[in-house]
Amino acid sequence: MHKKNLSELAAGLRSKEFSSVELTQFFLGRISQHQDLNAFITVSAESALQQAQAADQLLAAGNAGPLAGIPIAQKDIFCTLGAKTSCGSKMLDNFIAPYNATVVEHFNSAGAVMLGKLNMDEFAMGSSNENSFYGPVRNPWATDCVPGGSSGGSAAAVAARLAPAVTGTDTGGSIRQPAALCGITGLKPTYGRVSRYGMIAYASSLDQGGPMARSAEDAALLLQTMAGFDLKDSTSVDQAVPDYSTGLNDSLQGLKIGLPKQFFSAELDSQMAATIQAAIAEYQKLGAEVKEVDMPNLNLAIPAYYVIASAECSSNLSRYDGVRFGYRCKNPADLTDLYTRSRGEAFGAEVKRRILMGTYALSAGYYDAYYLKAQQVRRLISDDFKRALSEVDVLMGPVTPSTAFKIGEKTSDPIQMYLEDIYTIAINLAGLPAMSIPAGFIDGKPVGLHVIGNYFSEAKLLNVGHRYQQVTDWHQQAPKGFE
Amino acid sequence: MNSQWEAVIGLEIHTQLSTKSKIFSGAATAYGAEPNTQACAVDLGLPGVLPVLNKDAVRRAVTFGLAIDAEIAPHSVFARKNYFYPDLPKGYQISQFELPIVGNGHLDIEVDGETKRIGITRAHLEEDAGKSLHEDFHGLTGIDLNRAGTPLLEIVSEPDMRSAKEAVAYMRKLHELVRYLEICDGNMQEGSFRCDANVSVRPKGQKEFGTRAEIKNINSFKFVEKAINHEIERQIDVIEGGGKVVQETRLYDANKDETRSMRSKEEANDYRYFPDPDLLPVLIEDSLKDEVRATLPELPDAKKQRFIDQYALDNESATTLTSSRELADFYETVVKASGGEAKLASNWLTGDVLGALNKAGLEISDCPVNAGRLAGLIKRIADNTISGKTAKQVFDKLWNGSDSADEIIEKEGLVQITDTGAIEAIVDKVITANPVPVEQYRAGKDKALMALVGQIMKETQGKANPGEVNKMLIAKLKN
Repeated sequence: MHKKNLSELAAGLRSKEFSSVELTQFFLGRISQHQDLNAFITVSAESALQQAQAADQLLAAGNAGPLAGIPIAQKDIFCTLGAKTSCGSKMLDNFIAPYNATVVEHFNSAGAVMLGKLNMDEFAMGSSNENSFYGPVRNPWATDCVPGGSSGGSAAAVAARLAPAVTGTDTGGSIRQPAALCGITGLKPTYGRVSRYGMIAYASSLDQGGPMARSAEDAALLLQTMAGFDLKDSTSVDQAVPDYSTGLNDSLQGLKIGLPKQFFSAELDSQMAATIQAAIAEYQKLGAEVKEVDMPNLNLAIPAYYVIASAECSSNLSRYDGVRFGYRCKNPADLTDLYTRSRGEAFGAEVKRRILMGTYALSAGYYDAYYLKAQQVRRLISDDFKRALSEVDVLMGPVTPSTAFKIGEKTSDPIQMYLEDIYTIAINLAGLPAMSIPAGFIDGKPVGLHVIGNYFSEAKLLNVGHRYQQVTDWHQQAPKGFE
Repeated sequence: MNSQWEAVIGLEIHTQLSTKSKIFSGAATAYGAEPNTQACAVDLGLPGVLPVLNKDAVRRAVTFGLAIDAEIAPHSVFARKNYFYPDLPKGYQISQFELPIVGNGHLDIEVDGETKRIGITRAHLEEDAGKSLHEDFHGLTGIDLNRAGTPLLEIVSEPDMRSAKEAVAYMRKLHELVRYLEICDGNMQEGSFRCDANVSVRPKGQKEFGTRAEIKNINSFKFVEKAINHEIERQIDVIEGGGKVVQETRLYDANKDETRSMRSKEEANDYRYFPDPDLLPVLIEDSLKDEVRATLPELPDAKKQRFIDQYALDNESATTLTSSRELADFYETVVKASGGEAKLASNWLTGDVLGALNKAGLEISDCPVNAGRLAGLIKRIADNTISGKTAKQVFDKLWNGSDSADEIIEKEGLVQITDTGAIEAIVDKVITANPVPVEQYRAGKDKALMALVGQIMKETQGKANPGEVNKMLIAKLKN
């Protein structure tokens, strides 16, 4: 059952090859069998089976949608009524949300079954999933390596076939980078395409939820359920959601692919470059045309990102003060002690680092030099993308500088860790949609191809991904022990 | 105040906008509910929640801006004001900083017969915080978040006021205006209209401002006057004693009638304002301004001038009658229903009616004598059915019962005697019965006439028209 894609699973449910309850039990079994990956923070077996029973009735009645009865899992950043939502933090280890995120509501209405909540870097800050209060997640392709982050649990769960498809969120690469490192398909939609209501905020102007699945075809089905305007999110965009599946097979004849020369500089690892070039050659065979584009401001993306994201997070995380919910220190002496110890004891090092950076960047006397300057840089970067995307249909390049690295390898050097996102961060600053699709292996570890499109061009990206997946089988390969 | 010194005062007034729901959530804003029963997930600042702007709050801000002839920003921005406090659930307040919705307007006040224009720098939208409750928790503090997220319009004046009296006049005028506009209920006990005052002093003639202190959260007109006066004196004492005024935030203690230091500039928070990424900029199109402008009520100053012109009222009566929209409407209803008795209606409203309301602690909207019944009374005074003195009796009965003026006059037999023959008979009778005052009057003692009039009124049980009686008596005595 774990080898089937979403439409095969839907067909199986309809032909009564298996019931949703059986399917759910099967995946719950795989999750429990592969606990050592540490992909899940919470497994909600009981409620999953209840949802499966309800889905079976819906299926029997014959009016169920494409995701009815299909098990999925949520990144533990989406609030779920009744199940713990920790955001990977000790701060929220005791937090049970009294409401569902809009994305969760969408899956519930579609009749999907939620297997549980996936591990992640604390408050989505990290590129290796080593910043989780619940411990690191292992990469199924090399269990001594990281799965990437912050949606590390999501990527590992899909790669290990513990769930057919899952959700992730991407603030600076948190869907695409782990998708690349785990050999799966991950799409970060246009900012505003998926509601952020109930998705715990890290950096509000950059955060965006999206699907993580084995193929573009599956990702299309997931995005169909996730996307849409939400009155509860003022930054969601009131624009009709197209059918993401109908155009999957459209021809790529004449597709214009831009290759930002800054993505292919001398610093890019030669094996990585060769793998990406091979994937692009495959597109040329499908009829695409390739040209180089210049995006002179891309090198400013990382500093601009770390100012803006940190500034927003320093404010977004102020609500975790030990007063109303979440962790509270024992026997606070006074109010200041309550604040400082609750936050000091419950936040991890990376979260504290970013709160401090952000607080500094917003402080009187520094605001213009940091925050305002970063916003100006952000505009320049967006303009670079706009210019490039007026000449070509999509941009392509690597997702990561290298394949999955060893657990512990970069934890002592935050700058090295930040450079993990060198190719992904600019896209968030511009608010564009982008995707990582499996494009080969280096030393047995997956490589992701980065496909970036214009605003609201998710259907095009999925089409570009799907056609490639029709002529390659990278996305169908399973790590050893998880076949 | 020592005449060498001049005070410089600017006010920041927080008006609670009387929208049904909160500024960024759907929770109700009604006052006085059980703690934390009117706070939803958004108000509690739970993880994952997002604010959604209440359009009605924007509309009210625009209404205010148009009423003070201000610039309405076509593009304004919500910003986060970051600080930690237990009753501030998100750890930041959503407010407006660099780009407020209302900029640069003005309000005219009148003090000692002089009109003065007070500049209004800006007015911006923001959310209120919750309340910390220090009683009943045995040394702990309770948090009530019902008020969290209530929409506020913070109205910031220029430092244009030079005395506590001017500050109070400005505050009253603003209070009157927001109630006219029906954007705020103006209830000061419930905190719907609160004031912070920035006060400094400087030697008369000096151009530069002195160092200012900010007095926080003063919630009545009386306290504003007292607090400012106290602060002016304190600052003069400090300077004359060779000291320096420090920039700080002070708190007014109404019980002790003094201000005391809350925190100095050095201790002040760095609020780290930045645009709230959860909210889009507020875009105000001309069409909205036009639509709001079309629904603006007649404003107090215009109404007052119209009352003076249309009803021939003096400045003082017109000011009183236009001090609230309800009172002005009441007045105009009475005038209309009484067939245009503008002067009588004004005298009765500003006199007996307001006096009685004041005594009973009632608002005009709760007046036991409604406009129609009062007009009924005024009609009978105007057509001489009853005398002014009798009218006061009738008014008491109107106040305490449900009969109309005509019913009361009828039942009590209060109709003025207009039969000249009947009055003449009584006048003759009194002249005959009181030879002493008659002689005194004839000898030139005018005062003696009063005794005779009194006798006649007594005989008629007050139902004769005193003017008529006077005339007739004098005519007869001169014969």
